[in-house]
This record gives sequence, C-alpha cells and structure tokens, in this order.
Amino acid sequence: MPQSGVPLFMLRFISTRILQAIPVLFVIITMTFFMLRFVPGGPFTAEKAVTPEVLRNLEAHYGLDKPLYQQYFDYLGKLVLHGDLGPSFKYPNRTVNEIIAQKLPVSLELGVLSLLVALAIGLTLGVIASLRPNTWLDYLPSSVAMVGICLPTFVLGPILVLIFAILLGWFNASGWYGPIDRVLPAITLGGVYAAYITRLTRGGMREILSQDFIRTARAKGVSEVRVILKHSLKGGLLPVVSFLGPAVAGIISGSFVVETIFQIPGLGREFVNSAFNRDYTLVLGTVILYASLIIVFNLLVDVIQVWLNPKLKFE
Amino acid sequence: MVSPPVDKIPAPVPTVADLEEGSSLWRDAWHRLQKNHLSVFGGVVIIVLSFVCLFVPFLITNTFQEQNLELGATSPSLQHWLGTDTLGRDMFARVLYGGRISLAVGLSATLVSLTIGVVYGAVAGFFGGKTDAVMMRLVDIMYALPFTIFVILLMVFFGRNIILLFVAIGAVEWLTMARIVRGQILSLRKQEFIEAAYALGLGKRRIIFRHMIPNVMGPVIVYTTLTIPAVMLLEAFLSFLGLGVQPPMSSWGSLIKEGADKMEEFPWLLVFPGTVFALTLFSLNFLGDGLRDALDVRASKD
Repeated sequence: MPQSGVPLFMLRFISTRILQAIPVLFVIITMTFFMLRFVPGGPFTAEKAVTPEVLRNLEAHYGLDKPLYQQYFDYLGKLVLHGDLGPSFKYPNRTVNEIIAQKLPVSLELGVLSLLVALAIGLTLGVIASLRPNTWLDYLPSSVAMVGICLPTFVLGPILVLIFAILLGWFNASGWYGPIDRVLPAITLGGVYAAYITRLTRGGMREILSQDFIRTARAKGVSEVRVILKHSLKGGLLPVVSFLGPAVAGIISGSFVVETIFQIPGLGREFVNSAFNRDYTLVLGTVILYASLIIVFNLLVDVIQVWLNPKLKFE
Repeated sequence: MVSPPVDKIPAPVPTVADLEEGSSLWRDAWHRLQKNHLSVFGGVVIIVLSFVCLFVPFLITNTFQEQNLELGATSPSLQHWLGTDTLGRDMFARVLYGGRISLAVGLSATLVSLTIGVVYGAVAGFFGGKTDAVMMRLVDIMYALPFTIFVILLMVFFGRNIILLFVAIGAVEWLTMARIVRGQILSLRKQEFIEAAYALGLGKRRIIFRHMIPNVMGPVIVYTTLTIPAVMLLEAFLSFLGLGVQPPMSSWGSLIKEGADKMEEFPWLLVFPGTVFALTLFSLNFLGDGLRDALDVRASKD
C-alpha cells in the first residue's frame, strides 16, 4: 500500500486509460453523428406549415445546409476547442450545454441517492447472509435479493407507487419537489442494484470468511465485529466494487424509466424526448456525456479495486 | 419454438469424460440439476409457460384483439380470470399472447447473440496471438459503449420494426458470450488431451468437433440461459418506453406500460403482467444458476 502520494505506476495506469478513452469517445461521437443524419426525418419536419423558405433559413441558421463532412468537422472543432455542444434544434435560443447544466443535477441527485440506497441495503443484507450460511438468516436476505433481481424497475416503480402513494397515501405519486419526492424513485432505481450487491457481498464474504487467516484471527480471540469490519470486509467487497462500474451505466439507463414513471425533470427523460424530437445536437450531447461518465466511472472502479487489493497489478 | 435447454442435458454426447469417469459428463450434470429443486421448478415453469403461450390459440377462445367496449375494464371474474382492460379485452388472453412475443424475442435475440458471440470467441481463441489480441481489444472497447442508448436511438429512428428489435438486442448481448467462449477455447488448446489428440494424428476437424465443442458447450448453455432473461428485460424496457412491440400486438413490456398508466383505477392491469413477467425472469435465472452449478462452470467447488 502506498503510504503517501500517488505511486508512479498508478499515474501511468490512469493516463494510459485516459488516452485509450479518447479513441473510444471519438468512435462514439462519429457513429452517433452520422447515424443521426442518415435517418429519415429531420428536426424541422414535424413542425406544421413550414414554408420552404423558412425551412431553408432555419437550416442555414443551424448550418444544416453545409456538406455533411463540414458539419461534422465544425461540430468536432467547437467541441474540442470550446467544449461547445452547439445549439438545441427544438428549444429556440438555448444551447445544449445550458440544457444539460439544468437537467444533469437532477439526474445526478437521483443516481447518487439510488446508489446509496443500493449500497446500504445490499451491504447490510449481504453481510448478514454471509455470517450464518444455510440458516434462515441466510435464506431470507438471499430470497429478497432474488426477488429484487427479477423485479425490473418498470414493474417495481409502479407497484411502489400503487402501494405507498395511492393506497397508503404516504408519498406523492409523481413529481420532484420536496425531499419526500426522492424516496420512491431512489428505492425504485436502487432496488435492483441492492439485490445484486446483496448476492455479491454474500459471495465475497463467504470466500474470505472461509480462509485460514480469519480462522487464525478468531482463534486469537479477535471479536466477531472486528473480524468482519477489520479483516474481511475489505477483501469481501472486491466483487461489489467490480460490479459498481457497470452498475453506474445501468443506473444511468435505468433513470430513463424512473424519470418517466415519476415525472422527474432529469436528463434521462430529456434524452428520450430529444430522440423522438430529432433534436440532433441534444441527442449527441447527451450521448457524449453518458459515454464519458461511463468511462470515468469504470476507471474509478479499477483504481479502487487496486487500492482494495494491492496484489492486483495494473495491466 | 426452440426446445428448452433442460431437454438438451441428457443427450449422450460422447466426451473425454466418458473414458475417464465411465459416466457421461452430461448425465452427471443432469443428476446434479435434479437435486436443485429451485432450478427444477424454474425449468418446469418455463416449459409449461412456453407450451401454453405457443398453443394459446387452441387453448382459449377469446382472442387478444377482441374488444368489448360496453364491458370496459372489469376486475378478475370467473368469466375473465385476470379481468379485462379498458377496451374490454380479456387480460388472460392478452398476457398469454404477450408472452408469445416476449418469449419469441427472448429466444430469437438470444440466438442472434449466441451465434455472433460463439463464432467471434471461437475464432479469437482458436487463432490466438495477434488475431486474438486485436479481436479482444475490440470487445473491450465495445464494452465501454453506451449500448442501451444506441438501441434506443435505433428504435426511435428506424421505425419500431420487430426484426430490427431482435438484431439490435442480439448485437448488444454477444460480448460476454464471446469472452467466455474465447477463454474456454484458449485454455482447452493447452490441455493435454488436445495435445494427445494431435499426437494421435487426428484431423483438425475431428479435434474441433469431437473434443473442443463438447467442452465449450457447458458454459455456452449456461450463459444462454442467463442471456434470455437479460434480453427479455431489454425488450420489455424498450416496450415500456414505447419503442418495442407496437399495438395491437403486445408484449409483457407493453402490457406493463399500459397497466402502469392505468393502475390507479385498474390495478390488475399492472399486477398480472408484472407478476407473470417477474415469475418468468425468476425461473430463468434459477434455471441458469442451477445449470451453472450442475455443469460446474466456475472452476471452484464449494
């Protein structure tokens, strides 16, 4: 374990990964850009009574009359030099950057809360299940986890609303105003991940707890709480950490559904709407943002994994 | 409909294990699977559900499209076991017809991903070296792509075509399969019985078909069983966003969507499709887990 500062190999690892991410992002931008342009229909085709002149003016205003390759390079240039994602085609006088800046915090809040719910429930149940294997203290959390895995967000969400909002009246069925409106969406989005984390924690902890050094610790009279917290948790959590990378990606795409169910004004709902509206720049901007987030979180997870398990060498 | 994976297990595929153990690897696995009651339960549910969904036109008289506007939405009764929806359509029929679509999408898209994944992984593993390095690097890169987003975009832009749905989902789900097959083949190549087969002068073809493929089958079967629920979930997710199967056809995803919209007044429209869908995922996951233990795909034994 490094005692102070960041060791050189870690820096090298992180910089290599960032360098590798650049071509990936480039491929994503290019694929999405051209895919958007080759589909039938455009951002202005849905509007009623657009005369050809108006259409031409609109297209000239947004640079859509230029050759495609030039539009592509213009877009890339602005993005790389100024971080400019361009103007929205559907919201007049607003840029994609503004829209993202407005909607992203909502989605981020939802995502972070859901992740906290998932970790709190998942780690607790998982550790409990691992301590007394094949007793009801194991079966109960494990069955809860299996049910959680098989209840997709779009079933769990409406059912929670039905029970806790409509029948019991404890929460609002939808909306995003007070702190109380965060409860049901966060449980819905976090539920599936709580279930996976429970299973992974149980598995990881079982493996560690069956090892010799734990038996030694117990034989030396180390208290059970200390055995769990000090000796096993760090190693037992490895599977959970490697799961968190893809989980973040999942929470992002899960938010499309949750934001739709609960009418939350976040980026997920905006993304689906912008795709339906053919708002090219907004779609592209959101895709770039999501892809970058996924890449960053995967990197973060890899770094944490090595921190938890120094035996892993960066490759 | 493709026969459920359970049927494939006892098939007497001759393997090297035959010579070593005297009892077939597959027969052993079958016995182990039978001891896992949850998996057997899962398998039975899937088989029954598949049959009922497949033969639903012969089993019930109401069709899923038959409307009865005067009747409207009614709660479950003797006549309509699961009630009716707002257009007076029988929910029992709609859930079963929806199951046809959901299961069909699940199986076809899994087949697409199976084909791509196995071929890709086998090629990478068999050739090894630089070919393998390049091919697997590509898979790593594709893991980083936000595929759900691409599937959403594809479905929005290119019409909600059911064939496209199969292809789009299948194209997303093949990556893990490719990794597994490649890893398996790579490790097989170095094993002594393959070397022995070469030393005996067996042809490449015979080695691939008699010795490699039977040994890769286990993991492939297991991950196929686990891919089906993942695929069905993705289809339902798309249908829920209004991007999957279009009316008057219905899948479980679109039924759940409809139910969620109207659950305040007519909760049974949500509860029944949701339950059946969750039960199916439950069964498939348990079956997959059981198969994984039975075929001992993970190297370690507890």
